[in-house]
Amino acid sequence: MAGKVERDEITGVETTGHEWDGIKELNNPLPRWWVLVFYATIAFSVLWWILYPSWPTLKSHTRGLLGYDQRTELAEIMAKVEEERRPWLERIRGAELAAIAADPELLTFAVRGGEVIFKENCAACHGLGGAGQLNYPTLADDDWLWGGTLEDIFYTVSHGIRFYEDEDTRDSTMPAFGADGILESQQIEDVVQYVLTLSGREADPAAAERGREIFLEQCAACHGDNGKGMREVGAPNLTDDIWLYGGEPEQIRAQISKPRHGVMPAWDSRLSEESLKMVTIYVHQLGGGE
Amino acid sequence: MAVAAASSAGVARERIAYNEEVVRLFTIATIFWGVVGFLVGTFIAFQLAYPWLNLPYEWGVFSRLRPVHTSAVIFAFGGNALLATSLYVVQRTCRAPLFGGPALAYFLFWGYQIFIVLAATGYVMGITQSREYAEPEWYVDLWLTLVWVVYFIIFFGTILRRREPHIYVANWFYLAFIITIAILHIFNNLAVPVSWFGAKSYSLFAGVQDALVQWWYGHNAVGFFLTAGFLGMMYYFVPKQAQRPVYSYRLSIVHFWALIFLYIWAGPHHLHWTALPVWAQILGMTFSVMLWMPSWGGMINGLMTLSGAWDKLRWDPVLRFLVVSVAFYGMSTFEGPLMSVRQVNALSHYTDWTVGHVHSGALGWVAFVTFGALYYLVPRLWKAERLYSIRLVEWHFWIASLGIVLYITSMWVSGIMQGLMWRTYDSLGFLQFSFVETVEAMHPFYVIRALGGVLFTAGALIMVYNLWRTMRREVRAEELLPSQAGALRVVPAE
Repeated sequence: MAGKVERDEITGVETTGHEWDGIKELNNPLPRWWVLVFYATIAFSVLWWILYPSWPTLKSHTRGLLGYDQRTELAEIMAKVEEERRPWLERIRGAELAAIAADPELLTFAVRGGEVIFKENCAACHGLGGAGQLNYPTLADDDWLWGGTLEDIFYTVSHGIRFYEDEDTRDSTMPAFGADGILESQQIEDVVQYVLTLSGREADPAAAERGREIFLEQCAACHGDNGKGMREVGAPNLTDDIWLYGGEPEQIRAQISKPRHGVMPAWDSRLSEESLKMVTIYVHQLGGGE
Repeated sequence: MAVAAASSAGVARERIAYNEEVVRLFTIATIFWGVVGFLVGTFIAFQLAYPWLNLPYEWGVFSRLRPVHTSAVIFAFGGNALLATSLYVVQRTCRAPLFGGPALAYFLFWGYQIFIVLAATGYVMGITQSREYAEPEWYVDLWLTLVWVVYFIIFFGTILRRREPHIYVANWFYLAFIITIAILHIFNNLAVPVSWFGAKSYSLFAGVQDALVQWWYGHNAVGFFLTAGFLGMMYYFVPKQAQRPVYSYRLSIVHFWALIFLYIWAGPHHLHWTALPVWAQILGMTFSVMLWMPSWGGMINGLMTLSGAWDKLRWDPVLRFLVVSVAFYGMSTFEGPLMSVRQVNALSHYTDWTVGHVHSGALGWVAFVTFGALYYLVPRLWKAERLYSIRLVEWHFWIASLGIVLYITSMWVSGIMQGLMWRTYDSLGFLQFSFVETVEAMHPFYVIRALGGVLFTAGALIMVYNLWRTMRREVRAEELLPSQAGALRVVPAE
């Protein structure tokens, strides 16, 4: 339907004369502000092409007047950061752990740096702030499996626990008293009753008494006659309310019968010496450092 | 096959056998897949807020359901909507029935639904190319190529045998969408299958070149599928529902060609600050900035078409869907060029801001313009007197709008917060926050976003009910304004 130009009654603008399924078109010009802003964005783009690398050429690309390069920019930023940190990191590398902890300025730097490392590497298991969770020890208290001095913590972080790629790793194995048939199930039940009494909980007195004898025979070598544990082998204290694998009777029974053995990686292959020191200092000051 | 009266001023009435059956099928598919896509989207939004909702089956985790959501809303809901409307519009504006007859049209319908099912079943079974919006493996890609060529033949054939001297602007946009998507689809899916009977394939491209091809595709999937195609929809249904002429023919020509020419260059802005050479990043960024006004040309033409009819927004909720969609289109096509600037992108990239941006386009523009088109089409295709209920359209509009507002604002806040937390340093030069802490801080916004999804989906379910009753040609007894009662009648009293 070509060519019958009309005038729209409401706006007074002419139509183009086209019509499709009842739809007509007005012959309005391009809005002036629209054209101007469009030109402005083109001008901006041309300016950017002049200033920055932008168009490919046959073998390379245009460089732009500013000589900008993304990799150079990154290298410069990284160099600046490293320049600022170098004196701090050199001081940490050269100082003993105790000396770092005794120097308030260095301590502040190490704690902040250690916190960043901890959140990125350790918090997934040990929780933010070392809060811990079931099967992963809390680091913010004074109940230590392998020792809570600066040197103990540094050793654990560096070499890990039961991490056999590192030959200096901390290691110990609790026998599977049930699964390997060392104890009868009734005997295990008696030991559970006795272990409950160690932390002052109610238990069957007769069973606990039978369990005590088995405990002294089978468990005390690592957990101690009084059940207070032994850090040389990472044997936990059984007389408190802190339970790595849970303190309910069935959880204690499961651990005696077929124990879990937690693994922690050795971090000295992944973190620098300064980083190991800083994360040690951070963990040490969380609440339980010795 | 429906026979409809096509009237045109000055021409004697004639009867053209339009194929409305296939449009009805595509309309039902649009509604069905829309609900599927919205439900999965809402569910995975809750999975992000509450990770225990990741089901203990390999198909029930976020990573497998996420492409089900994106493909369901883009290709199943959006795709069927584009197919339904383009086949309706091209027949009416060309005054010609579909080229190829019913057989080809039925093949197109069932072929496209088979593509959707093949793609989705692959996702949940873990079969994926891991290319965003192009996840289906080679066997699905080949099938879609065949189906798409048939689509092109039907659409272009209908245009060739049109009985109008000119091609209407909506058809330019639909045609650009069909042709460009074909090219993008083929080049981004050039891959070598590992074995004859295995699903796995490897891309023909490697490394950063592969990434660039993927985002040349990915960006133009947005540009030609979700923008050009839906602009075609807008150019028909806005003037129809407003019963006003299109604002400017000249603007439609200029912004069409500018959009088509500029969009195809903008892909590299998805790879800012990566291994992509910096010249390509800056070139992509400048073309994205230049895209701002060509995109807004469509918004101006849509909104200004209402000049002389703005009062209809007060009482016509169908028109309101269409007009608000154009407003969202304008907002997200301003936000896009902004986010393509490298310095802005350094903050926004990889954050929820991107997710919010996509959804202001997807929920606000794509879905709303589709809802408007569905409310226009269903009474006409099923020969109902009018929509079953105008009041329910009002409810749908306000519930869905509230859902979008909750979604977008929570993602803006969460995304910008996330970006700022990632780059916060303390006085000693250490990062202030770890990644875990940023995730923890985003939790409340994830909950708000999921609630936005619930509202949006609830609105869509109201629409489904309303359209179902309309298809049964029922009319709800409800009080309407005098203007509504007359103007929203679809079948003119003759």
